[in-house]
Amino acid sequence: MADLSIDLAGIRSPNPFWLASAPPTNSGYQVMRAFEAGWGGAVWKTLALEPIVNVTSRFAGLNLGPQRMAGMNNIELITDRPLDENLREIAECKARFPDRAIVASLMTECTQASWHDLVRRCETVPIDGFELNFGCPHGMSERGQGAAVGQDPELIEMVTRWVKEAAHVPVIVKLTPNVTDVRYPARAAAKGGADAISLINTINSLIGVDLDTWLPVPHVDGKSSHGGYCGPAVKPIALNMVGACAKDAQVGIPISGIGGISDWRDAVEFMLMGSTSVQVCTAVMHHGFRIVGDMIDGLSNYLDARGIASVRELIGKTVPRFVDWNDLNLDYKIVARIDPETCIRCNKCYIACEDAAHQCIDRPADPRLNPVVDEEHCVGCNLCAMVCPVVDCIEMVRVDAGDTVHTWREKLTSVPS
Amino acid sequence: MAFPSVSLGPPIAKRLSRMDVQIEANRCLNCYDAPCIRACPTGIDVPRFIGRIATGDLLGSARTIMDANPVGASCARVCPTSQLCEGACVYNADENPIRIGDLQRYATDWAIRENAVLFEAGPPTGKRVAVIGSGPAGLAAARDLARMGHAVVVFERDAAPGGLDTYGIVPFRLPAEIALWEADQVRALGVEIRTGVTVGAHAAIGESIAPEAILAEFDAVVIAVGMGSVPRLGIEGEDAAGVWDALDFIRIAKSGGDVGVLGDNVAIIGGGNTAIDAATCSRRLGVPAVTMYYRRGAERMTAYDFELEFAKVEGVEFRTFTLPKRIVVENGRVAGLEIVSTAPDNSARPLAGTERVVAADTVILAIGQTRHVALLDAFGVTHDVNGIAAVDDAMRTNRPNVYAAGDCMFTPGGVDAMVVEAAQRGKVAARSADLFLRAEVR
Repeated sequence: MADLSIDLAGIRSPNPFWLASAPPTNSGYQVMRAFEAGWGGAVWKTLALEPIVNVTSRFAGLNLGPQRMAGMNNIELITDRPLDENLREIAECKARFPDRAIVASLMTECTQASWHDLVRRCETVPIDGFELNFGCPHGMSERGQGAAVGQDPELIEMVTRWVKEAAHVPVIVKLTPNVTDVRYPARAAAKGGADAISLINTINSLIGVDLDTWLPVPHVDGKSSHGGYCGPAVKPIALNMVGACAKDAQVGIPISGIGGISDWRDAVEFMLMGSTSVQVCTAVMHHGFRIVGDMIDGLSNYLDARGIASVRELIGKTVPRFVDWNDLNLDYKIVARIDPETCIRCNKCYIACEDAAHQCIDRPADPRLNPVVDEEHCVGCNLCAMVCPVVDCIEMVRVDAGDTVHTWREKLTSVPS
Repeated sequence: MAFPSVSLGPPIAKRLSRMDVQIEANRCLNCYDAPCIRACPTGIDVPRFIGRIATGDLLGSARTIMDANPVGASCARVCPTSQLCEGACVYNADENPIRIGDLQRYATDWAIRENAVLFEAGPPTGKRVAVIGSGPAGLAAARDLARMGHAVVVFERDAAPGGLDTYGIVPFRLPAEIALWEADQVRALGVEIRTGVTVGAHAAIGESIAPEAILAEFDAVVIAVGMGSVPRLGIEGEDAAGVWDALDFIRIAKSGGDVGVLGDNVAIIGGGNTAIDAATCSRRLGVPAVTMYYRRGAERMTAYDFELEFAKVEGVEFRTFTLPKRIVVENGRVAGLEIVSTAPDNSARPLAGTERVVAADTVILAIGQTRHVALLDAFGVTHDVNGIAAVDDAMRTNRPNVYAAGDCMFTPGGVDAMVVEAAQRGKVAARSADLFLRAEVR
């Protein structure tokens, strides 16, 4: 069996699966249950010097057809339990599961004294690392904390430096996606001395409006505010941001990937895009801690089937392939091929191409016959394969000779300036 | 060994398309403490194996199935899923349960196709265990004992392992190669399956080994012999040519043998799973008129509803409340069947004056099976008057190192005589034997 253990900037865990700082890591009871189930690490629900007060009605889910919780948003804040109580439970968890990573997520007001105080108090118990919550987009940001820090690179660098002054364990800076270009806050964290970054935190969102009451969902006594969006629906956004940081030379520190990771396949993708560990929340909120068994089994079987000895060999392997548009080969050409054996003649591909792509799928007059791809005009956009409900029925096949590479960048540079 | 691949027409179980697999696997709710798990005698973690199909971890899926059920590929085809896992599915409120059996088949088919290595033998304990019989109970016991590190030898009377799964269930329900693959999985753990060896003195063909020799050579014994031949009806004409023991009939048909001329009319006596198999098998062998005669009402038949439905679809006719009274013999061969109606109170009491002769060229008896009483006696295992081995919940017999599992300890006519239940009891017997052997080590 492949070695699943990882080392994120000195924080070691027996597998890359960590619980993200969120409701599932609210208490020692939960974290112990999680470790019993096999989770490699847990980022504790964000600690502060003083507990906050939460509202009632906190979460809402986005259902897509039969798929419940494809996305989720929340307006819950950080821990509402006293710091000492949390720290005592962290110590108990660490004593019982010394091989697992316990990272304390931290948030406090934007002063050096406050941050130093919080770090010192947390280091009175055994902790493997800190994660600075510069991402929480709701509530705390209105108090100048969370995303309010994370949206200002100068503040990120400053606070990170304060924490590094006091901390004796690795410091991870958790980034908000609610910025124009995530590389800037990531660079600021690195400049401030962060040992690693984690991303993404949740995305500003409003899940819906009730058509009968016209109230926003979820509402607190008739009113709502924007929340943080997470779950499978945010994965592509997170994956892009992880990749953007991974390939940026000015960031240059390890990454803990977060955002819609629900199974081992998602985890492999995040690791290939540069994550060392992956953090999970929504999938646990949907199915419970037990899902980690399937994640470990799937990842392990995947590595074994490929003869990969350690999961660390995955980290960042796809990053060199994640380039600027200007570097893509303009000569590469693929076309759609429809498998006549498995086609069920739903004509989804036909209408998608006809109305929304390039009118390259013809429909025979006889409805019993399959649609036919006009390969000469097909631009290889993939849309037909995407709408096709049959697994592997439409294949995209390479038709260019494969021996030439021309990019837009070449065209740009070949023009005398 | 090579086993002739006889199919006798298209299989009953439908193979899911990959599209259906995707839809079904993702439709599973992944219930916590799921009722389907509790409904499975072997406790397969159904949501787990389905979830692993959904994420493409087919190795993990097949392992989840086969870990709980060493004959999980066979069970995917023969389990009465509507009464077990699928009957318990929470979706049943909408009468649309997850197609668990078909998904289980998909995952185990993958393992068969890919030659997947699912399990390893445990670190050797130095203990030797004999398993008598290589049917579902015997294979399950042997597989688990090997994973626990014991050296296991299985004694099998037949030329190929698998017992009823290989020889006694019609190939369009369960092809022999599935059961043989399961036996190969057990062999791959270092288990030796000695085929063609009869335990006891009465070996008709091949070798035999005395129970005393087994007790002397092994530290523990699991008796998983199943049951014997179909008993005699005790009516006139029973020795005529054309009268079959249903299990012999299915065995020969499934293993590519010649059942000879069956004629235009085949009469099946009985109302259980084997009677259905003999009836549908006769139809598939080309017999135009196959009729099942059962002495009570249809609701008392031990065959499952879906089996009865299948038999009807295959063109089998049913005559309930009917008892065979005499087999009409001409020139030493079956020439008809005299039957008598029975009382409608399900007492099976014949009603005088209702006798009549019906057309029959072949009569197949499927009225239960005899017990291997002599074998139990030879091992000193106590049994009841019916020859059912007396065991406790842990499958322990009166002898400290002898265990019994499978059909040899099931009550007659009970619904527990399922492949999956036999497998579970084989597992339990293995666990008990393991506990005993480890206690001995200490």
